[in-house]
Amino acid sequence: MAKTITQEFTKGLWAEIPPFRLVLGLCPILAITNAFENAVGMGLAVTFVLTGSNVLISAIRKIIPPKVRIVAFIVVIATFVTVVELVMQAYTYALFLKLGIYIPLIVVNCIPMGRAEAFASKNNMVRSALDGLGMGIGYTLSLMALAAFREIIATGGITLYEKPVALFGAAFEPFRFLVEAPGAFVCLGLMLGIMNILGKK
Amino acid sequence: MFGDLAVLAFSAVLINNILLIQYLGNCPFLGTSKKMETATGMAMAVVFVLVLAGIITWLAERYVLVPFDLKYLRTIAFILVIAALVQFVEMFLKKSIPGLYTGLGIYLPLITTNCAVLGVCLINVGKEYNFFQMLISSFAYPVGFGLALILFAGVRERILLARTPKPFQDTAIGLVTAGMLSLTFFAFKGWV
Repeated sequence: MAKTITQEFTKGLWAEIPPFRLVLGLCPILAITNAFENAVGMGLAVTFVLTGSNVLISAIRKIIPPKVRIVAFIVVIATFVTVVELVMQAYTYALFLKLGIYIPLIVVNCIPMGRAEAFASKNNMVRSALDGLGMGIGYTLSLMALAAFREIIATGGITLYEKPVALFGAAFEPFRFLVEAPGAFVCLGLMLGIMNILGKK
Repeated sequence: MFGDLAVLAFSAVLINNILLIQYLGNCPFLGTSKKMETATGMAMAVVFVLVLAGIITWLAERYVLVPFDLKYLRTIAFILVIAALVQFVEMFLKKSIPGLYTGLGIYLPLITTNCAVLGVCLINVGKEYNFFQMLISSFAYPVGFGLALILFAGVRERILLARTPKPFQDTAIGLVTAGMLSLTFFAFKGWV
């Protein structure tokens, strides 16, 4: 309980980095890390939802009756997801089409729900905001790392601002397996193993 | 007519398998696949909930959201319907099949946050299926989910006996194995 405010923020970046330490929210990780840009968009959307829902849930945590808290959390999270959905549809339509069904599915991504239950319903607003922000950024970073790895190995380059940049010479044989469904599972499994090795003290 | 529906069912179970090809519902996939018994229970619960949820959300979309021009509330409306349904299934199991209830434990409330359920409801509405197509799809997708889950549970029970390197134990090796399983389902691609 004696965590400083900075620690609330930084724990999401390494010590409790969401997809690897708490194995939650795997579906989008597998589905949208086939391209770097998708991962960035998804990460930012989740960060926004996580921070917003954490702050709001923390603000109303004393007036939610404990018996219906799960439903209350879901409504709050769904509200923020709807906001993200409409904003993305209006301003980043190409990305909105690419992410497709996975944007509304942020509602059932276990991370916002898990943080609401485990953290925001017990802590004040400042701490909850930092927790949400830290977790969101940690989530974004892991999405980006996985997506960059998959895209670079599978296509031999990376797409930035909708322009493909080739990183290897013409002799490079793209390893398409990694952007397809089976590659996603294998890649995430290997990454989880590597994180376990790194985390062992 | 029947041919189309059969193709839809076949592709929903195998080609577009919800778990291994569309990556929905992975949290319960990894969580409940350690024992065959919980895997079977979870699979049955998802089939049951999803057929009901598919019907109700489809009706809600067609007769409430579209006529009143409330399509932007779709996410909220669907998730509330599903949450209420899951609560109902939970109460039902607690009363009549307590053994299964204790077996599924924490994962039953998690069906609410199972992306597969909301995902299939959104697919049904997004592809503008008619009633029969919706019925087939909301039955065939969870069957595919159950098939993958039970196959995977069988594999995983054996992995428990194998000597895995320490950092890879449990979830990490589970995911790599899921990749192999996904590869087999991938082979169905191009059949239809």
